Amino acid sequence: MSDKQIAGVDAPAAQPRVDVFEDATGITIVADLPGASTDTLELKVEGRNLLLEAAVATALPGDLESVYAEVRVPRYRHAFELSRELDTERIDAALKDGVLRLRIPKVAQAQPRRIAIQQG
Amino acid sequence: MNGSSMSFPSGIFSELERLGRELDAAFGNTTATQGIRATGAGAFPAINIGNTPGSTEVFAFLPGVDPNKVELVLHKGVLTLSGERVDEVPTESEQVNVYRRQRFHGRFKRAISVPEDVDPDQVKASYRDGVLNISLKRSGAAQPRRIAIA
Repeated sequence: MSDKQIAGVDAPAAQPRVDVFEDATGITIVADLPGASTDTLELKVEGRNLLLEAAVATALPGDLESVYAEVRVPRYRHAFELSRELDTERIDAALKDGVLRLRIPKVAQAQPRRIAIQQG
Repeated sequence: MNGSSMSFPSGIFSELERLGRELDAAFGNTTATQGIRATGAGAFPAINIGNTPGSTEVFAFLPGVDPNKVELVLHKGVLTLSGERVDEVPTESEQVNVYRRQRFHGRFKRAISVPEDVDPDQVKASYRDGVLNISLKRSGAAQPRRIAIA
């Protein structure tokens, strides 16, 4: 990951649209990153922050002249603050068709456990 | 955004005004003429359009959609793009909490006026990394032409 060029934090970037949901075993983040490829996607855990950064890598004809643009910033950035019960060592990430799916499992002891009541 | 009538020398207020103008521009809140088929900010999919000397290139930012299920129709100079994106968020339950649900789901449709000289038989579309590129070849009739004087 370290050999990838990352623009400085001042480079303008759009916040991607995300879905975030949690179940008993972890948190899932789904992010729309159209145009991003595995070569331009960077995921970092720094302390308790998860940083996501990606650039739109869509190939454009060299002589293309823009006439209308809704996507004006070809870069995405999002930061999430993680909580302690999440296991940052075991994050799964998959990028397909411009959609990033991140699964952050909870550490084993943080998962809800039914406590068996012994019959006396 | 209204212009500030306050007489502060500059500093943060002019900075805020500038930011406001940039935001207005970015979100389409301008008084500039807009295309009759333009939609507000946040439409899905977002679209960029550019021209090359021989074609018009449409880029639809359409992540997570099966390109075979996207319907593209060019009819009377209007290109429409429609389809559906499935909802990936599970329903809330005792076990499931949903915190953010910003991604578009459901049926979508967008329409774009294309230049008059687009050749309907020479339209190509490709899908990569969630971006649909529709390339519409132009006959060049609308390109400037020198007229010889006899």
